[in-house]
Amino acid sequence: MAILSVIVILAVLAPSLSPWPFDEPDWGYDFPGPPNVELKHWFGTDGNGRDLFVRTLYGARISLLVGIIATSVSLLIGVTYGATAGFIGGRVDNVMMRIVDILYSLPFMFFVILLMVFFGRNIFLIFVALGAVEWLTMARIVRGQTLSVKKKEFIEAAHAIGVSNWKIIYRHIIPNVLGPVIVYMTLTIPQVILTESFLSFLGLGVQEPLTSWGVLISEGAKQMESAPWLLVFPAIFLAITLFCFNFIGDGLRDALDPKDR
Amino acid sequence: MNRENGANDNRPILSVRGLKVYFPIVGSGLFSKMIPLKAVDGIDFDLYPGETLGVVGESGCGKSTLGRGILQLLEPTEGTVLWLGEHIEGLSAKEMIGYRKQLQIIFQDPLASLNPRMTIGDIIAEPLTVHYPELSPEDRKQKVREMMERVGLLPLMINRYPHEFSGGQCQRIGVARAMILEPKLIICDEPVSALDVSIQAQIINLIKDLQDSFGLSLVFISHDLSIVRHISHRIMVLYLGNTMEIADRDTLYSTPRHPYTRALISAVPIPDPKLEKKKQRLVLEGDLPSPLSPPSGCVFRTRCPLAQDVCSRQKPVLKEIGAGQQVACHFWDWQE
Amino acid sequence: MLLDVKNLTTRFHTHDGEVSAVSDVSLSVKAGECLGVVGESGSGKTQVFMTIMGLLAKNGRAEGEVYFNGQQIIGLKTEALNKLRGVEFSMIFQDPMTSLNPYLRISRQMTEVLVEHRGCSEAEAAQKSIDLLDLVGIPEPKERFRMYPHEFSGGMRQRVMIAMALLCEPQLLIADEPTTALDVTVQAQILDLIARLGRELNMATVLITHDLGVIAGLSDRVVVMYGGRIVEEAPVDNLFKNPYHPYTWGLLESMPRIDEISRDTLYTISGQPPDLQALPPGCSFEPRCEYAFDRCQIEVPELRRIAEDRVKACHLDQLK
Repeated sequence: MAILSVIVILAVLAPSLSPWPFDEPDWGYDFPGPPNVELKHWFGTDGNGRDLFVRTLYGARISLLVGIIATSVSLLIGVTYGATAGFIGGRVDNVMMRIVDILYSLPFMFFVILLMVFFGRNIFLIFVALGAVEWLTMARIVRGQTLSVKKKEFIEAAHAIGVSNWKIIYRHIIPNVLGPVIVYMTLTIPQVILTESFLSFLGLGVQEPLTSWGVLISEGAKQMESAPWLLVFPAIFLAITLFCFNFIGDGLRDALDPKDR
Repeated sequence: MNRENGANDNRPILSVRGLKVYFPIVGSGLFSKMIPLKAVDGIDFDLYPGETLGVVGESGCGKSTLGRGILQLLEPTEGTVLWLGEHIEGLSAKEMIGYRKQLQIIFQDPLASLNPRMTIGDIIAEPLTVHYPELSPEDRKQKVREMMERVGLLPLMINRYPHEFSGGQCQRIGVARAMILEPKLIICDEPVSALDVSIQAQIINLIKDLQDSFGLSLVFISHDLSIVRHISHRIMVLYLGNTMEIADRDTLYSTPRHPYTRALISAVPIPDPKLEKKKQRLVLEGDLPSPLSPPSGCVFRTRCPLAQDVCSRQKPVLKEIGAGQQVACHFWDWQE
Repeated sequence: MLLDVKNLTTRFHTHDGEVSAVSDVSLSVKAGECLGVVGESGSGKTQVFMTIMGLLAKNGRAEGEVYFNGQQIIGLKTEALNKLRGVEFSMIFQDPMTSLNPYLRISRQMTEVLVEHRGCSEAEAAQKSIDLLDLVGIPEPKERFRMYPHEFSGGMRQRVMIAMALLCEPQLLIADEPTTALDVTVQAQILDLIARLGRELNMATVLITHDLGVIAGLSDRVVVMYGGRIVEEAPVDNLFKNPYHPYTWGLLESMPRIDEISRDTLYTISGQPPDLQALPPGCSFEPRCEYAFDRCQIEVPELRRIAEDRVKACHLDQLK
C-alpha cells in the first residue's frame, strides 16, 4: 500500500521532480544514454533523447489511470448487471447470463483492435474498451454472490417490511456482495494495466507523445541489447505496481469480513 | 390466559380458508411434468384479536411455509387469506405495502435475519423509513431508542453491528424491528429454537409481555410442544401440510384426539426422571412420506396405529367435536 | 471404572489469546451406566469428549489424566489411540449427514471398520454389518446396506451412525447431542434405541445434551457443566428433585414443561452464556446468579463432595 502511494504521488508530481520535460529531447546527451546522475538523467534517456525518469512517471499516470478508470467502468456495468440478474432470477437471469457467456467466448483482442481501427487511437476509447471487456467476469461474480445473499433471511425480512425491490438491491444486496467484488477489483486493475501494456506493445495503445509503461517497455524491448535501461526501469515499476495491487487485494479480502474472525 | 381480551370482538382478524402452497419441482427425465411439492395442502383456521395460535408439527409439516403464505412472502397456490375482512391472498408486493404495517414476522435464525452491514439502529429504523418517510431522522432515532429499551437492549448500542451481539440479543433486535410499526399480527417462526435454553425463557417472556401491552395476535410456529403449551391460547397440529387437530391449549394437552397429536405429546421428554422413565410412549413407526407423493386419503395413515381401509380412500375432514376442538380423523373417538 | 477423567483442562490458542474450553474437569463412567452431561454453549461439554477421543483442533492442548480401563489416553500416539478409538469407545455426533461420507455406500463405510480393526474378511464384515443394521432397527437391512447416505432420512442416518459406532462392540458409546437435529417423534425412537442397546450389550453411554428432558429419561447420573467447569454432579433423581447449584436450579425452573399448567411468566436466568475469552475472575456463573455474594466474585468455587454421591462447585451452603 505504501509503495503504491509513493508511486502514485510520484506520478502526480512528475513534472516538478525533474528538470527535464517529458517530450523534448535533451540535445546535449546521447540518444539513448545510460543513467547519468550529474545530468539528472536518473534513468537515462531514450532513443529520442527524452529523459526516461520523467517518461516513466508520466507513463505511470497513464497506466494507473487506465487501470482505475477501466476497472471502474467494468465495476459499474458488472455490478448492476450481475446484481439485477441474480436478484430477478429465473428466466431473465438465464437470458442475461447466456448473453454474458456469448460475449465471453468472443475473442477480446479482436474487438479491441476493431474498435481501435474504427475509432482511432483515442485514449478514452481505450478506457472504455478495456472496461467493456472486463465487466463480464465482474457480472458473473456479482451474480453468484447475489444468488447466495438472496437466500439469506435478512433479505426476506426486508421483503416482510415492505422495502421496494430496488432498495433491497441497493441497501441490502450490494453492500453484502462488495467483499469479493472489491477484492476482484484490485486484481482487475493490474490485469487491465497489463492488457494496455500489451496493446501498446503491439503498437495499438497510447499515442505519442503520451506514453505508458507498455509503450516504454515496448520501446525498451526493441533496444534491449544496446540500452538495457530503457527496458529495465519501466519494467520494474510495472512489476512492483502489479505486485502491490495483488497484495492489497489479499489484504482487503481478509480485512473486509468483520464477522469472519 | 383466556380470551377475555377478545371478548368484545367476536370476529376473527385473520381467516384462512383452503390455503394451499405448492412448489413446482421438475420430475426426473427429459419430458416429465412438474410434480408439485405440496408444502401446505388445504389449511383452515381463524385467529382472534389478542390471541396466540400455536402451530406445531415436525419437519415437512409446512408450518414455516404456512407463515409465509399468510404474509404473502410466498404466493399461495390456492385458498383465501382474509385480513380484517379484506382478501390479501395473491396480492403483489406493491399492493401489500399498506398491510406490512400490520403484519410482521420474527425469524428463526437471529443473526441471519439481520443485515450484517447495517447498524442495529438502521435495521430497527428501516420499517419507519419505508412507511413513515416524513419522520425526521431525529424522531426516527428517538423511536428506535424507545423500542430498544422496551425489548431490553441498551439504547447506547444503537450504532453497533449485529455480529457484536449474542444470539438472544440479536433476537431482541428482530423483535424490535417487528414491533416498531406497532403491528396487529406477528408471525413468530420458531423464534427461540436457535437459542440456548437459558435464553429461550427470556425471549418468550418478552414476546408475551409485548402481546399483553400491545394487544397483539400471534401465530407462534414451533416444533417444541412445551414452549407452545406455555404461550398459546389455541394450538393447531400439522402433518405433511394438513391440519390434524386444532384445540384450546388445555384441551389439546389433556385430551388429544388425533393419534398423531397423542404420539407427538407422548414423545416429548419431560424433565422429571420418575415420570419420564415410567412413561408409556406411543412410538410411531416408519418414516415421514415425501411431500412429493403424499399418501392418498389421510396423509398420516402410513404411520398411524389406527389406520383402516377407509383412511386410504377418504381424506378425513376437519370436524368440530365440541368445546373448540376440531379433529381430522375417522377414528378420533376410538378409546384405548 | 471404565472411564476416569482427572483434572482435565483443554486450552485453545486463538489470535485473540488463550481460551480455556475445559477447566479442571473430573468425572468417571462405570461399566454399563449412562452418564448424562448437561450444558449450554460454552459449557465445554463437547470439548471434554473431543479431547478424550483425540479429536481436538490443531490449536488445542490438553492437560490432565484420562484413564480408559486403567490406560492413560492423553498423550497417546495416534497409532495407539486408533486401536482404542472406534474399537473400545466410539462417538456419535449431532449431524449424521456430515459424519458420513456422502460419496461412499454405507456398505463400504461399515465393512472398512471391521476389516481394519477386527481383521474380518469382506464377507464376514458385510454379514456383521447387516446384522447390526437390523439391531438398530433399519428395515430391509440387506437392501439398505448398499445405499448411499443421502438416501436415508435423518432418523435412519442416525441409526446408521449408531450401527457404525457399535461395529467393534465398544464398551463405551459417547453420544454428542444425538437427537437435537431430529424431529421429536424420531428422537423418541433413537433414545429408546440407545437405552435398549446399552442394556442388551452392557455398554456404558455418555449422553451429551442441553435437553433436561432427554437426560431425565436416560441417565443414571448427571454432570452439569457451565463455563468449562463442572458445577454439579448427582444421581438423576436427586438432581431433578433437589438441585444444589443455582444454575441447575435456574435451568429446571426456566424450562416450560409440557405436563404443566403454565404460570404467566417463566422464571429466567438473567444475562448471557459466558464468553470463554473473557471469563470473570471468580465463579463464571456469578454475573447471572441470584444468590451471588462477595466471595463469588473473587474466588472460583472448588468442586466439593457434599454427600456420598453428590458434588457441587458453589460457595453457597444451602439453596433456599
